[in-house]
Amino acid sequence: MSKLCRFDILENRQVAKDTYSIVLFGDCSSVTRPGQFVNIALEGHYLRRPLSVCRASTESMTLVYKVVGSGTYQLSQRKPGTGLDILTGLGNGFDITESGENPLLIGGGAGAAPLFWLAEKLIEAGIMPRAAIGFNSADEVFLAAELAQLGVPVTVSTLDGSMGARGLVTDTVGRIGLKYDYVFACGPEPMLRAVYGLSEVDGQYSFEERMACGFGACMGCSCETKYGPKRLCKEGPVLRRGEIKW
Amino acid sequence: MVRNTQVSLCGIKLKNPVMPASGVYGFGGEYRDFYDPNILGAVVLKGTTARPRFGNPTPRVAECTSGMLNSVGLQNPGIDAVISQELPRLREFYHGPVIANISGFSVEEYASCCGKIDGLVDIIEVNISCPNVERGGMGFGTDPELAAEVTRAAKGATAKTPVFVKLSPNVADITEIGIACQEAGADGLTLINTLLGMRIDIRTKTPVLANKIGGFSGSAIFPVALRMVYEVSRVVHIPVIGVGGISKAEDVIEMMMAGATAVQVGSENLRDPMACYRIIEKLPNLMEKLNIENLVDIINIAE
Ligand SMILES: Cc1cc2nc3c(=O)[nH]c(=O)nc-3n(C[C@H](O)[C@H](O)[C@H](O)COP(=O)(O)OP(=O)(O)OC[C@H]3O[C@@H](n4cnc5c(N)ncnc54)[C@H](O)[C@@H]3O)c2cc1C
Ligand SMILES: Cc1cc2nc3c(=O)[nH]c(=O)nc-3n(C[C@H](O)[C@H](O)[C@H](O)COP(=O)(O)O)c2cc1C
Ligand code: FES
Repeated sequence: MSKLCRFDILENRQVAKDTYSIVLFGDCSSVTRPGQFVNIALEGHYLRRPLSVCRASTESMTLVYKVVGSGTYQLSQRKPGTGLDILTGLGNGFDITESGENPLLIGGGAGAAPLFWLAEKLIEAGIMPRAAIGFNSADEVFLAAELAQLGVPVTVSTLDGSMGARGLVTDTVGRIGLKYDYVFACGPEPMLRAVYGLSEVDGQYSFEERMACGFGACMGCSCETKYGPKRLCKEGPVLRRGEIKW
Repeated sequence: MVRNTQVSLCGIKLKNPVMPASGVYGFGGEYRDFYDPNILGAVVLKGTTARPRFGNPTPRVAECTSGMLNSVGLQNPGIDAVISQELPRLREFYHGPVIANISGFSVEEYASCCGKIDGLVDIIEVNISCPNVERGGMGFGTDPELAAEVTRAAKGATAKTPVFVKLSPNVADITEIGIACQEAGADGLTLINTLLGMRIDIRTKTPVLANKIGGFSGSAIFPVALRMVYEVSRVVHIPVIGVGGISKAEDVIEMMMAGATAVQVGSENLRDPMACYRIIEKLPNLMEKLNIENLVDIINIAE
């Protein structure tokens, strides 16, 4: 169920190069699963901006976003104490009940944000995941320390080798021969493809697409799957391995 | 004093003139988390074609200053599924007037879809902003002859439901098309559909839409839509539904003064899912301020 709510900004701070973490206070009752997202109205911007939930409780949530254009820049300038108009509870999110005993969480860039809450939920359910996350360089790395604090073994890769293993996160996973029986992936599409190609292991993949409404009304974000068209904002953004059509 | 927001289209009574435009409301269920659709004057369904369509490749939406582009390309499950699944589903929770929106790529396709849905909805809105694949992709809506041909075919295939023709603004003289449709038997007109537009990503140097060009909509197009409703209303005697850039109650009043009997709200719903609710709630208040007792009194009042 989606909901239109006012949120107060409690905190909005830089956590890595061009990357910010924003903590919002308000009604989060519609945010029920990691991998769901929210759609934020910003002044002077006709369409809302979709951002994944990094973690949430009943009355506050954290989003992690990268400044890539004028909308995310404007968001980064917003001060604590001011309010935001947000559409919450969007998308299907990850289903942890389908996880194996040894899941791998794999993500790249700002798109890795949902992995934190996902790890928390898996641990609550008695499953300790592994995580492999990739960035361009050391100054962009976030999430690694937070995941490690949960007790999650984390492998960091950077393209330039300035932190952790050098290269793409999927190359690292292949090279060190990480063992896993299920995968939860989120990040840019080329990364998702590479994860898909790494092994036959079943899993869930979170996709991104340009969106207008974010709640299933405009058909802007559709993608073809093996079981017909799906709206990534509604029947996605998480797709099962078995339904993905590249 | 009680403010009367009721209007009527070809004898179909609407409790207020506000309805969502085709393509921003799916088949009626997507807004139920936000408000009860029974408050609407009518519900307008997504553009429907003879066969199921996925539409164009993504990205197929883009942002503009005060508006947006879309090149969705009529994604829909096809007329048979709309009749057997979507309409019954809608009727479970919505009891007001329903307008179907029909698209086609040949005159026969329009006729066959209209024939199938005749009698099952309150109004059939024929969207003629489509390329005619039989005539080298020329738009049905940009040629008075073709527009009239589609109108005649739709009227010929229907006996029970009034047919409105939805005009494209991408023409030199929209009155010419409106008159041609009226002469071909249209019961009403809806205008306008989207304006052709484009965006280029200056970082990647490529068009934002996979389809390169798309339809421009949103508050930026309101003055264009208003002008066209005004021009057409002056030369036809059939009712006109005004659409394009409406985002607030004031726009509804302005559009009706230009000649519209009812209005459709499109893109505004995508940025604010409560848009129609907000507008409908505000109308009586605004009427009081403007000293309007019956909304029908202001239709076409602007000289
Ligand atoms: C379901 C979903 C979840 C997301 N989660 C996150 C997240 O947790 N953290 C994060 O940093 N980013 C996330 N993104 C990407 C984020 O939405 C874009 O980076 C952001 O919209 C860019 O806005 P802008 O105004 O700064 O950029 P501009 O390029 O100026 O934006 C112009 C338009 O393009 C759209 N757009 C631009 N880039 C993207 C993109 N990659 N995906 C979708 N639309 C885009 C914008 O929404 C806007 O409509 C997510 C995207 C989706 C679809
Ligand atoms: C995402 C989207 C999909 C649309 N799909 C249709 C459609 O299927 N059939 C149609 O006749 N018009 C369609 N339209 C056009 C709208 O119904 C409307 O005419 C246009 O957007 C102008 O109104 P607005 O400025 O209020 O959005 C669509 C518009 C948008 C934004
Ligand atoms: S963004 Fe509108 S349907 Fe997904």
